[in-house]
Amino acid sequence: MITFESVSKLYPGGTQAVTDLDLQIATGSFTVLVGPSGCGKTTSMRMINRMVAPTGGRVLIDGQDVADIRAVTLRLGIGYVLQNAGLFPHRTVLDNVATVQRLLGLSKAEARTKAHEAMERVGLDASLATRYPAQLSGGQQQRVGVARALAADPPILLMDEPFSAVDPIVRLELQQEVAHLQAEIKKTIVMVTHDIDEALTLGDRIAVLAPGGVLHQYAAPIDILARPATDFVASLVAKDRGFRTLSFETLTGLGTTALPVPDPEGIIDMSALSPGWSVQVNRDAGTAAWIDADGAVFGPHPLVPADASLRTGLDAVLASPTSAALLVDGTGTIGSYFTLADLGPLLRPNEQARA
Amino acid sequence: MINEMLAYFAQGANWAGETGIPARLGEHLWYSFLAVAAAAVLAFPVGVFIGHTGVGKVYLVSASNVLRALPSLGIMTLLVLLMGIGLLPPLAALVLIAIPPILAGVYAGVANVDPEVVDAARAIGMKDSRIILQVELPLALPLILGGMRGAILQVVATATIAAYVNLGGLGRYIFDGLALYDYGQVLVGAVLVTALALVLDGLLALLVKAVSPARRAIAR
Repeated sequence: MITFESVSKLYPGGTQAVTDLDLQIATGSFTVLVGPSGCGKTTSMRMINRMVAPTGGRVLIDGQDVADIRAVTLRLGIGYVLQNAGLFPHRTVLDNVATVQRLLGLSKAEARTKAHEAMERVGLDASLATRYPAQLSGGQQQRVGVARALAADPPILLMDEPFSAVDPIVRLELQQEVAHLQAEIKKTIVMVTHDIDEALTLGDRIAVLAPGGVLHQYAAPIDILARPATDFVASLVAKDRGFRTLSFETLTGLGTTALPVPDPEGIIDMSALSPGWSVQVNRDAGTAAWIDADGAVFGPHPLVPADASLRTGLDAVLASPTSAALLVDGTGTIGSYFTLADLGPLLRPNEQARA
Repeated sequence: MINEMLAYFAQGANWAGETGIPARLGEHLWYSFLAVAAAAVLAFPVGVFIGHTGVGKVYLVSASNVLRALPSLGIMTLLVLLMGIGLLPPLAALVLIAIPPILAGVYAGVANVDPEVVDAARAIGMKDSRIILQVELPLALPLILGGMRGAILQVVATATIAAYVNLGGLGRYIFDGLALYDYGQVLVGAVLVTALALVLDGLLALLVKAVSPARRAIAR
């Protein structure tokens, strides 16, 4: 548990970076501090590892004031990922990753073994171990930064805009990997970002900060979207707000239609749905291809798992030439499909949230 | 005059004994080495401190300029008058001219290390002494060696003044030659100093290049 107790930061020039911040970050949670530049999000996060000292209030880790812990000791127990990775340009990838273990007193060989494990965990090829940071792409550098932070297996991980310097495709990939990683390792992660989309995707708790370091809302992503506490939060999530809410809704209660039996070639006649159309499933790829009356093939289109979000289901239907998508149930059976009309009754998430 | 110089070089006796060319060259290098080493010992901690903390950097430039403006021959003569003949006065004068380039190199090298790299080092749990030894100095190496190169060149060129107060080194040929109106010998000294400076500069340039390959710059 990381606790901010009425924490303030007033810089000598008179800039108020953080104002009377109270925050409780549960152990094992993924908390995202989000807000525009100058909202004190990075300043607040850096108070956890004493890179910034508050001018008022206290920051506690499991009940202990961080100010009472020796800075070096504290920081060795907290992983830190920077925006531009902040790698040591004069050290190889492996030695960068091994840095913290070396600081903790492990021998070079032990530290390198652990470093190899950490590289593997973040999806870095072992052949990159002997390279120097300048020889890597931005995305690879960022992975090395994450590996360095994770190598010593710290209980807390701080990430300062870790994905904002890489291109959108790599960013998405890294976001998904961090989400997977967190599901596996269950660290207490505190991440800073100005990207509300990233916050909504990754965080299980989101703290929205306004300029001057004023906390406007601290809640789960769905509550931020469904019930913004202030106008400031509402303006932050205004774009695609309704559509984004669908990401947090399930397909529970979806009405479906059973699929006809496929012919010997695996082609399913869908003329009941739309005259002349049929569909063919590629099980291995998890996709389906639609075939019209003239034999033209449309696809591949994704199959929708029964536990997918409403947003995924709607997207599949909107992208389909027949406005229908095939459903994979919990046992892996592809036995039914649903249409835009079937989704209709579910498309009132805000009503449900209010109920 | 050139012929006299060539004749001097051609004569085998001039290459042997305590006053031969190799001996003078050795003396010259020894004075230079002492001066640069002493200057490095003095300038290194100051440069690292100012580069690492940023404290006192405003005084650095003016102090360097004052040191650079000091006339070496004048300083040496003054010290000889105060302390008498010995190795110390010329050495002190040489140390004073070696300090500014070394100080500037160390300071600039340490101060120019990417602040994000230093921040990362601190945030993952390095204490200041480790940051300096394991991050800042290795990254500053090319600029530090650049400063050393400048200092060595200046000291080698200036070490001739040691002969002015009856010490050895390649300056011996110049001052003896001047006293005897033997300009061929003056030229011998001048040519040897120039050659020594050029050879050392070439070697140091290779060294600087060897420690600053492209990998030291982070690709952005």
